[in-house]
Amino acid sequence: MKKIEINPMTRLEGHGKIAVFLDDNGNVDEAFFQVVEFRGFEKFLQGLPIEEVPRTVSTICGVCRGVHFTAAMKASDGVYGVKPTETARKLREMFFNAHYVEDHAVILYALGFPDFVVGPGAPAGERNVIGLINAVGTEIGREVLRKRGLAVKIFELLGGKPNHPVAALPGGWSKTINEDERKQIEAWSEELVELGQLTVKIFGDVVLNNPGYMELVTGDMYKVPVNYLGSVDANDKIALYDGTQKFVDVNGKETGRFTGIEYIDYISERVLPWTYLKMPYQKKTGWKGIVEGEGTALYSVGPLARFNVASGMDTPLADIEYKKFFDTFGVRPVHNIMGYHWARAIELLNCAEKIRILAKDPSITAQDNRAPLGECTGEGVGIIEAPRGTLIHHYNTDEKGIVTDANIVVATTHNKGPINLAVRKAAKHFIKDGNVDEAILNHVEMAYRPYDLCLGCATHATKPGSSPVKIEIFNSKKEPVQTLKNY
Amino acid sequence: MSFTPNIVGFACQWCTYAGADLAGNLRAKYPPSVKLIKVPCSGRVKPEYVLEAFARGADGVLVGGCHFGDCHYKDGNYKTKNRTDMLSQLLEDMGFDPRRFRQEWISGAEGQKFAQVITEFTEELQELGPNPLGGQE
Amino acid sequence: MADKVKVGFLLLGGCAGCEMAVVDLSEKLVDVLQHIEVVFWAPTAADVKYTDLESMEDGFIDVAFIDGMVRLDEHIHMANVMRKKAKTVIAFGVCAALGGTAGMGSLHDKNDLFEKAFKNTPTTDNPDGVFPQPQCLVDGKYDLTLPAYEDKVRTLNQIIDVDYYIGGCPPHHDHVAAAVTALLTGNMPPKGSWITNGKAVCDVCERNPAGKENGQGRAMVNQILRTIEGEPDKEICLLQQGYLCFGPITQGDCGGLCLKVNIPCRGCGGPIPGNHDYGAQALSTIGSIIKNEEITHQLMEKYPNLAKFFYRYALPSGTLPRRM
Ligand code: SF4
Ligand code: SF4
Ligand code: SF4
Ligand code: FES
Repeated sequence: MKKIEINPMTRLEGHGKIAVFLDDNGNVDEAFFQVVEFRGFEKFLQGLPIEEVPRTVSTICGVCRGVHFTAAMKASDGVYGVKPTETARKLREMFFNAHYVEDHAVILYALGFPDFVVGPGAPAGERNVIGLINAVGTEIGREVLRKRGLAVKIFELLGGKPNHPVAALPGGWSKTINEDERKQIEAWSEELVELGQLTVKIFGDVVLNNPGYMELVTGDMYKVPVNYLGSVDANDKIALYDGTQKFVDVNGKETGRFTGIEYIDYISERVLPWTYLKMPYQKKTGWKGIVEGEGTALYSVGPLARFNVASGMDTPLADIEYKKFFDTFGVRPVHNIMGYHWARAIELLNCAEKIRILAKDPSITAQDNRAPLGECTGEGVGIIEAPRGTLIHHYNTDEKGIVTDANIVVATTHNKGPINLAVRKAAKHFIKDGNVDEAILNHVEMAYRPYDLCLGCATHATKPGSSPVKIEIFNSKKEPVQTLKNY
Repeated sequence: MSFTPNIVGFACQWCTYAGADLAGNLRAKYPPSVKLIKVPCSGRVKPEYVLEAFARGADGVLVGGCHFGDCHYKDGNYKTKNRTDMLSQLLEDMGFDPRRFRQEWISGAEGQKFAQVITEFTEELQELGPNPLGGQE
Repeated sequence: MADKVKVGFLLLGGCAGCEMAVVDLSEKLVDVLQHIEVVFWAPTAADVKYTDLESMEDGFIDVAFIDGMVRLDEHIHMANVMRKKAKTVIAFGVCAALGGTAGMGSLHDKNDLFEKAFKNTPTTDNPDGVFPQPQCLVDGKYDLTLPAYEDKVRTLNQIIDVDYYIGGCPPHHDHVAAAVTALLTGNMPPKGSWITNGKAVCDVCERNPAGKENGQGRAMVNQILRTIEGEPDKEICLLQQGYLCFGPITQGDCGGLCLKVNIPCRGCGGPIPGNHDYGAQALSTIGSIIKNEEITHQLMEKYPNLAKFFYRYALPSGTLPRRM
């Protein structure tokens, strides 16, 4: 049996690699997505005061720089039995939406779009953000980076730092804003809405109007039918900062809802000896292995999952695009993982609109940023929708709020199973009769990029290539017979 | 069990160091386990020195200073006390037995006390056994 | 522009936040890219990059930025390869320089970390009680490998020779811009130095009592408050108010960011020059500004794990770098 290793240096909260096994005819027998890193946060958070946890767990991931922070902060509300003040809640939401804008922008412009704008079969050296800038023009590139930078500025102004924020307090937010700051944010938010509209437009112009790409978007090779998990508000619209968690099955039928601590009745994580990342599945269905389709216990989270569980978006411009999305696919739920990129673009617009709404509200400058703490309850669960999907932080503390135990279920973790499915499927579709070339290799890579794990690829700048991927093919004696690389 | 522990003693020149001298003059009996380092004031002992001594394999570390009110620099020993208490806790957090770290107030007139402290500390360290780091780090 | 500076980025055991600080240069990034050529930018993954880097000639890269701490055998390996290929190596961010937050992992046995994550959480399902293995044969035929987990976290300079250090978790993008300018203009400090403005966080903090017109300078701290207690005055020094702040001992290249949102410094900038053991120095400095024993005990009660308090970002660089 031949083994092909794709070491794409993907990053999630760690790194990953893909191993593809070919049978004697050179066709794909099996494929594995492995996560090769582990840092042990759940243990070493023990002994920290709960209010010090958000700024510390933030370092789980520097790309989703605001999400672990926010989830841990919400958990700390629970530990002190406190509801944040109105002002604190608005500031938190504004901060969180700013994070969404800059994060989705990075993922789309640096990671998703190059495949389409520059073309999936283009030389590797061009299939990156620089190639993208060349394709759309330096001026647009500069402008996109500048506008995204405004979201980072809002994030820093409110959170304290441009990455790994610090302003969390149980029941509050340590920073209040004045009228000047509000006006400034309002002005920036106009530009962010423009960025959202531009992003949706680029996706439309480049992908939706190109039949070749539409085949990739709607075709079967990138279709991974699984269950979906996402959060909705009281009106069944997508809720990012605070909502109810809702499961739908492969047919789009609601199969469960939970909030807070109930998550432990709905989610289990399987330990597998070949990866440092556990593989979550629906507890009520039970472990069925890495399989797709009707009856599978695996589920996806993230933009596409949110689109599939909800019935709309809570801002006007984004809601129009949301409808267009489902009109185009003509089915529900959408299992085509390229839909992730499109949904992401629409979410970016949604979050920009939200910042604008919050910034226009003059009451956001109120100074009641801290609610008085209640008795320490000793337990708190914080659940949010991270850009990559549902994120759960669960803490136990002693009576003084010192952490005694932690459980963190990370967004990318939920997608572990589906990613493995996607990779296997794409590998089977594109690698035939031992035939492996660079374009095929990138198509396989494109199977996990929608789940947006890969910053290394994202930020790859110039030669020798975008995401450096190398495939080595070995014969049965483990001697290398062929090497392919895109750098 | 009967190993001779290696104790590093940081001794304030105005009191504990003088106390050790006096112990010698009195021919007080105590085990030859301590190597004294003369410091201008116990407040001059950086926590880092204590950690360094352990990292290099010391079985015990003693910081000796003047009694409260007697410090030549007024509040040096108050700072010492604040640090010692935290440092003991820090050592414990790091899985290191804090009994290996002692801080004592011994004046220049307390030769007997010096001998007694060293004797007790030595016995305690004999019970604890050698520094698990053994000078590895 | 024939002579662009060749730059490489390598992520070891970190969160990539440091690399995001480069992306956060925003439109400035477009300008920077006119002067540098990024020849390698990869999060670590197994021996691929090894061979990729190996194929470059030694010293091919002018400047390598390495972020993240060292925990896997693969990290050690990659760091060594990068060292050979790069003329100058920069430990980029506090993980690479001092170990970072994940360095607190060294306060627990490797086995305890695994037990917690892979056996003892309420959602874990591990019927066979397995841990991830460096080598594993799945279904009797698929041979899969994982990098091996070292028993403690290490800083970059415990593995390879480091030319420069940049603090911060991550470094602020303005600090990154300043460092890049220094690099491009050849205006660098002596080898082995931190690239820093040389000021402490207190020096750049507007609350600094020493800088106040009416200031009486520093007073002893006579109470200890967690950030959840009371409400800090927005102008007065937090440390003075009892909110323990590491500003006095931390490099202030961030511009005192945390203080601007009323939150105390926890030291991500790294130690001001001359200190080699951040946590020991933090303990010492805080110890000397606390009024008395009673207040010290208040501190120990409120922050019961002092190792994780004083060494939040720096444990692996400490004199005792791990659990004993
Ligand atoms: S220093 Fe901070 S931002 Fe940089 S890799 Fe480490 S944890 Fe991430
Ligand atoms: S101790 Fe903290 S709050 Fe006080 S001046 Fe220094 S940095 Fe500012
Ligand atoms: S104030 Fe301290 S903790 Fe905050 S960013 Fe600056 S150095 Fe880091
Ligand atoms: S002079 Fe002896 S302790 Fe200060």
